[in-house]
Amino acid sequence: MTNHWIDIKNADVVFIMGSNAAENHPISFKWVLKAKDAGATVIHVDPKFSRTSARSDIHVPLRSGTDIPFLGGMVKYILDKELYQKEYVLQYTNAAFIVGEGYDFKDGLFSGYNAEKKAYDQKKWAFAVDEKGLPKRDITLKDPRCVFQLLKKHYDRYTLDTVSDITGVSKDDLLKVYQIYGATGAPDKSAVVMYALGWTQHTVGVQNIRLSAIIQLLLGNIGVAGGGIDALRGEPNVQGSTDHAILWHILPGYLPVPRADWPTLEDYQKANTPKTSDPKSVNWWGNRPKYMVSLLKGWMGDAGTKENDFGYDWLPKVDPGVDYASMFLIDRMYKGQVRGGFIYAHNPAQSFPHSNKVRKGLEKLDWLAVGEIHHTETSDFWRGPGVNPKDIKTEVFLLPACQRGEKDGTISNSGRWHMWHHKGIEPMGESKSMGWMVVEVFKRIRDLYKKDKGVFPEPILNMDWPEVYDPDLQAKRINGCYTRDVTIKDKTYKKGDQVVSFPSLMDDGSTSSLNWLYCGCYGPSGNFAKRRDLKQAPMQAKIGLFPSFAWAWPVNRRILYNRASVDPNGKPYAPDKAVIVWEDGKWVGDVPDGPAPPMALPEGKYPFIMQAEGHGALYGPGRVDGPFPEHYEPAETPVTSHPFSKQMHNPCMKVMVSDLDVLAKPGDSRFPIVLTTYTLTEHWCGGGDTRNTPALLEAEPQLYVEMSHELAKEKGIKNGDPVVIENLRGKVEAIAMVTVRLTPFKVQGKTVHLAGMPFCFGWTTPGVGDATNRLTSSVADPNVTIPEYKACLVNIRKADKVTELSL
Amino acid sequence: MPMTFFIDTTRCTACRGCQVACKEWHDFGSNQTRQRGTHQNPPDLNPLNYKLVRFAEYKEKGRVVWYFLPEQCRHCEAPPCKEAADSHVEGAIIRDEATGAVIFTEKTQKLTPAQMKDVITNCPYNIPRLDKVKGILTKCDMCIDRVRKNMLPMCVKTCCTGAMNFGERSKMLDLAKQRLSELKKKYPNAQLQDPEDVNVIYLLTDDPKKYYQAVNG
Repeated sequence: MTNHWIDIKNADVVFIMGSNAAENHPISFKWVLKAKDAGATVIHVDPKFSRTSARSDIHVPLRSGTDIPFLGGMVKYILDKELYQKEYVLQYTNAAFIVGEGYDFKDGLFSGYNAEKKAYDQKKWAFAVDEKGLPKRDITLKDPRCVFQLLKKHYDRYTLDTVSDITGVSKDDLLKVYQIYGATGAPDKSAVVMYALGWTQHTVGVQNIRLSAIIQLLLGNIGVAGGGIDALRGEPNVQGSTDHAILWHILPGYLPVPRADWPTLEDYQKANTPKTSDPKSVNWWGNRPKYMVSLLKGWMGDAGTKENDFGYDWLPKVDPGVDYASMFLIDRMYKGQVRGGFIYAHNPAQSFPHSNKVRKGLEKLDWLAVGEIHHTETSDFWRGPGVNPKDIKTEVFLLPACQRGEKDGTISNSGRWHMWHHKGIEPMGESKSMGWMVVEVFKRIRDLYKKDKGVFPEPILNMDWPEVYDPDLQAKRINGCYTRDVTIKDKTYKKGDQVVSFPSLMDDGSTSSLNWLYCGCYGPSGNFAKRRDLKQAPMQAKIGLFPSFAWAWPVNRRILYNRASVDPNGKPYAPDKAVIVWEDGKWVGDVPDGPAPPMALPEGKYPFIMQAEGHGALYGPGRVDGPFPEHYEPAETPVTSHPFSKQMHNPCMKVMVSDLDVLAKPGDSRFPIVLTTYTLTEHWCGGGDTRNTPALLEAEPQLYVEMSHELAKEKGIKNGDPVVIENLRGKVEAIAMVTVRLTPFKVQGKTVHLAGMPFCFGWTTPGVGDATNRLTSSVADPNVTIPEYKACLVNIRKADKVTELSL
Repeated sequence: MPMTFFIDTTRCTACRGCQVACKEWHDFGSNQTRQRGTHQNPPDLNPLNYKLVRFAEYKEKGRVVWYFLPEQCRHCEAPPCKEAADSHVEGAIIRDEATGAVIFTEKTQKLTPAQMKDVITNCPYNIPRLDKVKGILTKCDMCIDRVRKNMLPMCVKTCCTGAMNFGERSKMLDLAKQRLSELKKKYPNAQLQDPEDVNVIYLLTDDPKKYYQAVNG
């Protein structure tokens, strides 16, 4: 989130799209309802009427996979009606920037497309620059090559007619939402976007969110109280695990993973340190070398020296252009290219798309170690349905893990609050924390290297590894310390002193930090994750900001880009819910994005400090599939054309190639029903944990498929009937839940049905059903390789007999 | 002054935290349930579920409405169940003076099947259930063990949206009336269910009957 949970209450409009917030983030509704109490309108746009819709003022159903038309139409409406916040757009976004001659867009394709590689040459989309290398600007916004005009042109095709026709949303409903939302372009109004996997899990996932950012920037809703783009993160620590680099393409603190074509630290730093000659741009990533060196020092300790690039050479390097995301990992596993590995707290045989392929892939392994609380479909794949254990060569080790309540540690919530949790009870039986497992496994491997030598032992032997797993020590090391005595100005820091905050981190090896973003959480004053102080200044009290409760990254800033909440002279756009204000030569309120004075003053800085140009990106040349979001149909779609171009699918989407990876053609009459999948309140993700919690299994005991009365009638299905849902990839049994909460869509004059299923039920819990993900496909967004769980094609029929469900 | 629940159904998201927390606090096991085409599960109140969130859905004038009712004993001011039980077995059902909690005791075991039926049918809200294993009548006990220690009932403690409220009767009545007047504009049918007679006051936005929906199975 750019903002935080409590801040939702400050919104004039709460816009929930791509999320079932009330069900999947119940606590969010504490604040949504407070916003509603204060007069906010709550809008929910989602294929299904859910518990979120029940508490919203407006629910608008849309066909899954058509978020970009819906939002593109909103961009057009905002521009046509001139509802955008003019000063904000001109001063704080790249609206005035001139785009270079290389950029073009024709019939669904941007310039620079290479069909063979399924990729763009992104250099074609660069800004036109002046002699100083800075983007040229037209502050009248009239130049046909300025971002503002290109944006206008791009979304001119997203008319009420075309949008309504492809989304299945009535024009009345579109207008209603556009009017209410567009009204928050008034400088003193704000609206928050709450999204989750309903936006991300598409072949256009990243562009769904990009488009919401464009809308929020147009309306001046970023950086303000009650505004922002709020990614609702999953089980409390999805935020923290991402920050600490659970994904393959980053190191902790969003530092890019080293590549084979950056063989030295110098190469790495050169490739990843943006530069600007604009004195008003903070260009925060210009500091990246300090964070990278401090990370290397944190990992390698004394073994990392300036002479040996602080151990950069010992880090694994990925091959450029090769994708190592989980979907590709499974593909390689299926093709016999992976021999073994560890899976911690994860149930791919249940929660990854195309489970049949995943399950087959696991069979190809020689060995597998699983760290888990319960037996899952992954840990027990060797005895799954249709599998004869005698035929499985894989040796499987199950490491019993303890639960959160049985260990100390931290979580980072969606609002970036870093919070300590205390151990309540001792771990059951022989179970251990996963931190303990990692520390001990590494030590034993290191011992083997010491004893037996082995190829390239340096990364293992030189690692500054703890002897015991200690959450407090780890938290300290994440913050970082001085690695030698250092005197800066007139102050001396001793070796081992904790670093106060990340501006103090250095690129000369004098500081360490396992995650620069968290530097400041455990400084010399102690562990701020443990703070629970509710004191606040009156200005902070007005917007529900508690600066001494826990600690938020970065530098305890609670609302990101808050310099955009004030005008160029530092005066809040919304005085009644001001985030920061420039008073008597200093900032008051939240921690500002840097201490520099307001933008209009001589030493002033632009508000969007993470962008090299300092401006919010209406035009975003950094995404691999285009600088403006464009509608493409899901990989499996019920339509054979769409009104925006002849380019049916995202031209860069990632598609797996194997005998099992089959997709239905657009409009395939064998599979006319759109299936969307989701989680529900009572079960967490793949359900491995919650299916083993009796009170939760009692409340949601078995796999179901939600469908409209119209679809049920067409198929001769009654509420409560067991049914079979099938497509080219699999066949799943479920109980029919026939409901008014799903409505058929009118798309291009034809009826399109949509069905929805949770994916939490698996065979290790007898009689509850098995993986819904046997139906979903291995296709993904090209930027981040998130799979398209939210839209595929199926057919549904009444079951003659069932084997997966107890009736 | 009795203690009162105010349950604002316009704030309920049916997360069922209350339903689960109630079971957990009372250390009740779970029922073997199955999916019958509704989220409402278990299907009804039972000896292991003193609290149950009921779901009812309608399409009215093209608009979907979905009602959630976190149901429990109303802890009546003059409990008809107690009246029925008193005539058969003194002390089977008692009303705790300090809290107003209506409590079913172990002595309900002494009621004959016909007398139990009498107690059950006397309840205007169809709350009491027979625990066939222990041979007693059961229902919500207001978490009296907690309330006596100045703790909130478990369902209230768990609720994250402000749907469940608990406190002195006069305060809860005030809160209920205030919320009702705020909501009347948007929901003309909004009403408090029997506020003079009960200590679990529901704020509903429609006819109370519509919060109960029969589902097959």
